Amino acid sequence: MTESVVWLTIFVLSVFVGVEVISKVSTTLHTPLMSGANAIHGIILVGAILVTGTSDSTGATVVGLVAVVLATVNMVGGFVVTDRMLQMFAGRRKPAPPPTGGDA
Amino acid sequence: MIPTEVQLGYLVAAVCFILALKGLSSPRTARRGNLIGALGAVLACVIVFFERDLDHLVPILGAVVIGAVAGVIGARRVQMTQMPQLVALFNGVGGGAAALVALLELHDLTRLGDSAERFALAATAFTIVVGAVSFSGSLVTFAKLQEIMTTRPVIFRGLPVAFGGSLVAALALSVLVVLDPLVILGVVIGLTGLALGVLLVLPVGGADVPIVISLLNAFTGISVAAGGYVLDNTLLLVGGTLVGASGTFLTKLMATAMGRSLANTLFGALKGGSTLGGGEISNRPVRSGGPQDVAILLAYASRVIVVPGYGLAVAQAQHALRELVDLLGERGIDVDYAIHPVAGRMPGHMNVLLAEAQVPYEQLKEMDDVNGDFKRADVVLVVGANDVVNPAAKSTPCAPIYGMPILRADEAKQIVFMKRSMRPGFAGIENELLYDPKTTLLFGDAKDSMSKLLNAVKAL
Repeated sequence: MTESVVWLTIFVLSVFVGVEVISKVSTTLHTPLMSGANAIHGIILVGAILVTGTSDSTGATVVGLVAVVLATVNMVGGFVVTDRMLQMFAGRRKPAPPPTGGDA
Repeated sequence: MIPTEVQLGYLVAAVCFILALKGLSSPRTARRGNLIGALGAVLACVIVFFERDLDHLVPILGAVVIGAVAGVIGARRVQMTQMPQLVALFNGVGGGAAALVALLELHDLTRLGDSAERFALAATAFTIVVGAVSFSGSLVTFAKLQEIMTTRPVIFRGLPVAFGGSLVAALALSVLVVLDPLVILGVVIGLTGLALGVLLVLPVGGADVPIVISLLNAFTGISVAAGGYVLDNTLLLVGGTLVGASGTFLTKLMATAMGRSLANTLFGALKGGSTLGGGEISNRPVRSGGPQDVAILLAYASRVIVVPGYGLAVAQAQHALRELVDLLGERGIDVDYAIHPVAGRMPGHMNVLLAEAQVPYEQLKEMDDVNGDFKRADVVLVVGANDVVNPAAKSTPCAPIYGMPILRADEAKQIVFMKRSMRPGFAGIENELLYDPKTTLLFGDAKDSMSKLLNAVKAL
């Protein structure tokens, strides 16, 4: 029983941390934040690798491999697209360049 | 037993995720935050191979490579305008992966027979349902955003009954699987979950889809957390819960920014036809003008506010717009961009799109800061936006966007709409402001019109 309580404790604390860390986010960052959080749940990849690596029938292995592909797409794609978005935010923080390119 | 080193590695990865979310909520640290999250994820994916003896290593690594290549190509190739649907897609496949993992875990649990822990079985059923809902729901949001299907709410007579029925069926099946663990029951639960996801998203109107993406994102997080319990993996529990909790909170923030309640977003359309917009195009007269007319309006203004919308980005006219704004600025005209919180297709989407065109940050004004300025503006230039300046949000209680805070463009002395056609906006309703005597319409592709306008201003 004690072990279940440990799990419950981790769960409850994580809920509070999850809400607390993003409570001050500005609307500007809603989209990247959603995308970044989206990438984090791609961590199901760890679970997919575990179940596939311990599978003992061909059917189970195939299903597991499909899960691995899907989870990797979620995780890798999620982090890369978030970075692409944020790269643009980073670019405009520098002082505005003199409008040399704009007078063609 | 999981080796202590591996457990500690998972702890490090979990801390990385917390730092990632923390970093992502501030502009200065956002990019670094995302990188920290990615590092944590990579670390976890390496140490998982030391957790226990795993077979099928080569196929697993092959699958990882395939997934990584597909993910990178998708993320690199996508145009920024299409990013919301890509996020939906990534979220959906994550949910699908969680459901499949739980299904396989159920397969293992069935062999334990009666000694299988009841709570673990319940958590497995939960993961399958929620993961499947997220998968199919995200695919429907993808189809809506990509405009493969209609963006308007889809409702049919039996929808509430079908939804309620599927929900009850999912619950009943979950109870059954706890009492009698069978893989086939898990498959049926998954199928029920898929149906639930579709039924959940169908009645949601186009403008509300971003809120639903965020909600489904939280769903996937929760299902990953439950999967972590089943697999005895603390990292999945922590990571999934973090996303579930922050995603739920973010969903609430987004709904507030759009002036909607979550319940209204999801089920508003079910209450009756009244929340559906008119959608038809009326034949009332409008005043349209040419680029020269608009150029003169702009050149003699002293204060101009630009309201950019999704149409601007679709036409890739943001660079031409920046040139125009720079040119007006050189002539001593005071120009700002008014950014509605949900301009584009998601909260913050327009900021991303304009940042791509290197519009200086100082010129972007958030709605609350700029709304008082419209009264003093000589010209408001609305480019490819519609719903965010639609006064129906204030005046027409039956409009689907009623209650959404809008940019008060109607208070300006002159309003110029650059539009492709009289087609209504994403919310599917007509905009009274188009028929206002102060309004001039400049029809045409935004990029084409914008360069004509630019030349016309230069020629003055």
